[in-house]
Amino acid sequence: MINDLYYRRRYAISGIAIGVVLVFIIRLFYLQVIDQSTKDQADNNALVRQTIYPSRGLIYDRNGELLVFNQPIYEVTMVMREMGQEWDTTAFCRSLQITRAEFDERIAEIKDRRKNRGYSRWTPQVFMSQLKKEDIATLQEELFIFPGIQIQKRTLRDYTYKAAAHVLGSVGEVNQNDIDRDEYYTRGDYSGRDGLERTYEKQLRGVKGVEILMRDSRGRMQGSYQNGELDRTAVAGTDLQTTLDIRLQLLAEELLAGKIGSAVAIEPKTGEILALASNPGWNPKVLVGKERSKNYNILLHDKTKPLLNRATQATYSPGSTFKTIQSLVCLEQGAITPNTLYPCSGPGSTPIKCTHHHGSPVALDRAIEQSCNPYFWCAFRDLLQMDGYGKDNEDFRHRYELWRDAVMQFGLGQKFTDTDLGEQSSGSIPSLKYFDRAYGKTGWKAITIRSLSIGQGEILVTPLQLANQAATIANGGYYISPHLNKNDSMRIHRHNLDIDQRHFDVVKEGMHRVMIYGTGRHYAVDSLHMAGKTGTVQNPHGRDHAIFIGFAPVEDPQIAVAVVVENAGFGATWACPVATMMIEQYLTGEVKRKDLRKRIGEAVLNESVKKW
Amino acid sequence: MRASRSGNIWQNVDWPTIGIFLLLVFFGWLNIYGASYTFDQTSIFDFSNRAGKQFAWIMGSLVLGGILLLIDYKTYDVLAYIAYGAMLLLLLATPFLAHDIKGSMSWISLGPVSLQPAEFAKCIVALAVAKYMGRYDYKVRSWRDLIVPFALIGVPALIIMILQKETGSALVFAAFLLVFYRQGMSGYVLWTGVAAVALFIISIRWGENALPLGSGSVGMLTCMLLLTAIEIYFICKEHRMRWQALILIGSVMAVYGISLLVNIWVTVPFNWISTGVVVALALYTIFISLYWRKYTLLLVTVFSLGCIAYTQACDFVFTKVLQPHQRTRIEVLLGMKEDPAGAGYNVNQARIAIGSGRFFGKGYLKGTQTKLQFVPEQDTDFIFCTVGEEWGFVGSIGVLLVYLIFILRLIEIAERQRNISTQIYAYAVASIFLFHLTINVGMVLGLLPVIGIPLPFFSYGGSSLWGFTLLLFILLRLDAARMEQLR
Repeated sequence: MINDLYYRRRYAISGIAIGVVLVFIIRLFYLQVIDQSTKDQADNNALVRQTIYPSRGLIYDRNGELLVFNQPIYEVTMVMREMGQEWDTTAFCRSLQITRAEFDERIAEIKDRRKNRGYSRWTPQVFMSQLKKEDIATLQEELFIFPGIQIQKRTLRDYTYKAAAHVLGSVGEVNQNDIDRDEYYTRGDYSGRDGLERTYEKQLRGVKGVEILMRDSRGRMQGSYQNGELDRTAVAGTDLQTTLDIRLQLLAEELLAGKIGSAVAIEPKTGEILALASNPGWNPKVLVGKERSKNYNILLHDKTKPLLNRATQATYSPGSTFKTIQSLVCLEQGAITPNTLYPCSGPGSTPIKCTHHHGSPVALDRAIEQSCNPYFWCAFRDLLQMDGYGKDNEDFRHRYELWRDAVMQFGLGQKFTDTDLGEQSSGSIPSLKYFDRAYGKTGWKAITIRSLSIGQGEILVTPLQLANQAATIANGGYYISPHLNKNDSMRIHRHNLDIDQRHFDVVKEGMHRVMIYGTGRHYAVDSLHMAGKTGTVQNPHGRDHAIFIGFAPVEDPQIAVAVVVENAGFGATWACPVATMMIEQYLTGEVKRKDLRKRIGEAVLNESVKKW
Repeated sequence: MRASRSGNIWQNVDWPTIGIFLLLVFFGWLNIYGASYTFDQTSIFDFSNRAGKQFAWIMGSLVLGGILLLIDYKTYDVLAYIAYGAMLLLLLATPFLAHDIKGSMSWISLGPVSLQPAEFAKCIVALAVAKYMGRYDYKVRSWRDLIVPFALIGVPALIIMILQKETGSALVFAAFLLVFYRQGMSGYVLWTGVAAVALFIISIRWGENALPLGSGSVGMLTCMLLLTAIEIYFICKEHRMRWQALILIGSVMAVYGISLLVNIWVTVPFNWISTGVVVALALYTIFISLYWRKYTLLLVTVFSLGCIAYTQACDFVFTKVLQPHQRTRIEVLLGMKEDPAGAGYNVNQARIAIGSGRFFGKGYLKGTQTKLQFVPEQDTDFIFCTVGEEWGFVGSIGVLLVYLIFILRLIEIAERQRNISTQIYAYAVASIFLFHLTINVGMVLGLLPVIGIPLPFFSYGGSSLWGFTLLLFILLRLDAARMEQLR
């Protein structure tokens, strides 16, 4: 063309076109090559990962009795976007047996983004949860007339017996902490919150399955993705057989009713816990489902502290039951022999008087039988002062250390670490430091800590530790950490004590005599050859705690028991009968002493203990 | 070439362009099938789904193209004004004949099909503009010469925007600015347009605070100054004045540099410095223009002072003139609002769909995002998502390059015309395609606000396909006639 002044502008225009396409290519490069975030978003968007919840492992007792199982529950979810104009709210309310007002209220809650942060019109929202089969039966049949409504099945725990709540524990919704710690969980999942449910969570929970469905942006399911090739079936949790004997457990709880206390029974040879009862407790069925949080709150604020597993978490001075250990340690460390005599009266008995009437002086077997306080004070004093006090009390302190180490061999004053018991307290056997802080390094002597000789004062142990102590004596010098899983692998946790077998025979004989001639004689069943030791523990919170440890039969112990009844009075009166009846039940399969069973079971020592 | 003078249209027609046209239409059709594909779908030819319907539209457009090629080329010139007048009447009547489809009053139902007159308006306006500007005595000498062309595009644009509420279709007429530019309109106008858009964005995004106070105004003033400086460079043709412009840009930068440096030790009142610089610049340009008697330089002063007024006006336009949904779209684009389930939904879903395609794509008919209808309008305005998801980076680039080649080919065709009118028409066609490509793909890629205009030949829809066919085949007919005109 002639005189085209602006000929070069074709290049500018072509340049604009090239520039635009170039910008688009750069942007595409960013979106499709560099930016990785979209892939995941796309997966979440179009593909719905529908979780398939595995059924949780069942829990059995040692004889194969079913204790914990699953009940199906249902969740009604809705996708708001699919609920069109013709959606029949009235019919929907009728089929779920709710009122229109409840429906509106619930819808408002779902739509409130402050309460329901994940709200979206496109995704299923939980409308009602934890419904029973009968609650959703009508809806199930009419489901097709309510677009957007789905029913999802989940499971809840259910229990055969109203027993062993503390041991079994409960299942509840996971919190943020769990989600952060274990990527298995997502919001809304359930996990074992305490007890066995928590300890064996990984075994019981199984593996969640996933079904990958395709969904369009209106939330409508379009079928399974790649014919289900990527789906994963749920793997049901593995069942758990516990060491508990449910009959024994039921008996223990029956006998503790109306009292605050606990009872622990162990099979000495294996360390298997046969019963672990703590009262007050609760009916495990109340911490399930809809009612869980309400009931949990009630339990939490109950001043008798039912949530506390007293069998493993409460600590008491062991009182006279500790004399068995004193005997063993003093014998082993050479402070006394079985023939050493101490007078029950006279100057030797001054700081601590005897509470029983018996001949004097006494040797060890009789001292145990009669629970002679002066005897054990003298033995303890002689043990600690064996080498004199030395410079700055060094020799005395050394002896105390040796004594403390020997006592702790029994598992006292510390938690069992190689076990599956979740909630435990350690208790305490006071250290040198403890007394140094209280009295100054040279400010304390044997006489200062005299109450330790009879298990009073600063020593604190749990009922579980007491039962383990009984088991150790029954075994004659070893224990296997008490545990709840009836799986042989637990038996490797064997602890041998550095105390001569001979000494145990002496102490066993003493404990046997307790049940024949001593404080336990009233409730012993002679044919079962029981051995035991009572304890009556002074405490600043009211009446004495009644304590008893024992085992039977003495020649080949099958069961070791510890019972603590708080503020009950004499150990011989309250703890001993509970323990002997448990032994009787376990060894003979029944309690013949029906009247005693009734009397103890119905006795109410603490009015505020609630029965669930 | 001589032989082609015989007038055999099939020999003279530009076959490469037809080839690209067929390629785009075919690939678009495949993607419409992909986008509307559901599981129980049987055939791509099934007339009950969109791919099947589109097939019918494509067949129709081929017939239409053939007919257009067979018509005498002079007809288009002769009928241009008459058609333009008829088109205006139709556009005016449309809102009364149309029923409301998603807030837009632009569809007329003819039995089973709906047509959108606005899609055909582009072609007719292009013909009218070409006829007017192609007159032998017409030259763009001053802005007065552009009044009529601007009116020719402005009137239908306003009708479509105001009466039919189709902002997207109306904006397409802005593409004619490129045509005017090629014919001699000052680049200054284009530049001012770009500057206006830039300032609009800046003032909406960062300009909550009124001038000259507030932190937002600093960045805004800086931008204004840079724009002004570039403006000077554009306006001044003389060498010595361009030097002046460079010196000015340099000294503005220097002032800012020093201010920033000093700011390390002493807090500098940037607002006042910025205002000062703008005022100083204005005074300086006034002085220079008077001294050299170059009054065009006064435009620069007007520009820089106008910027300040304009940013205030922007705010007014944004909050008072624009519709709420348009405001939200802009806010979402500028990252001022996040609303992935609301206004940002389309854009976000489009981004996810395209991004999830990665380098090689998920494969044809395997895109989960588009197939499962996550992206609204996925077979019309958002069809490029399907390309991105199923064909990946490679496929997307391929499509873009084919479009680029297509547009460059149209420019090539335009440049080989001896008849100015045909050249103008050719540029109009090229510009309209470029505009559609830019706005549509820019929107899908999240670079531009959501403006509903189709991707030529790709998007589902008979009106747009036939509208584009009309544009293209009239050009091919005129181009084929270029030899005949020599006679």
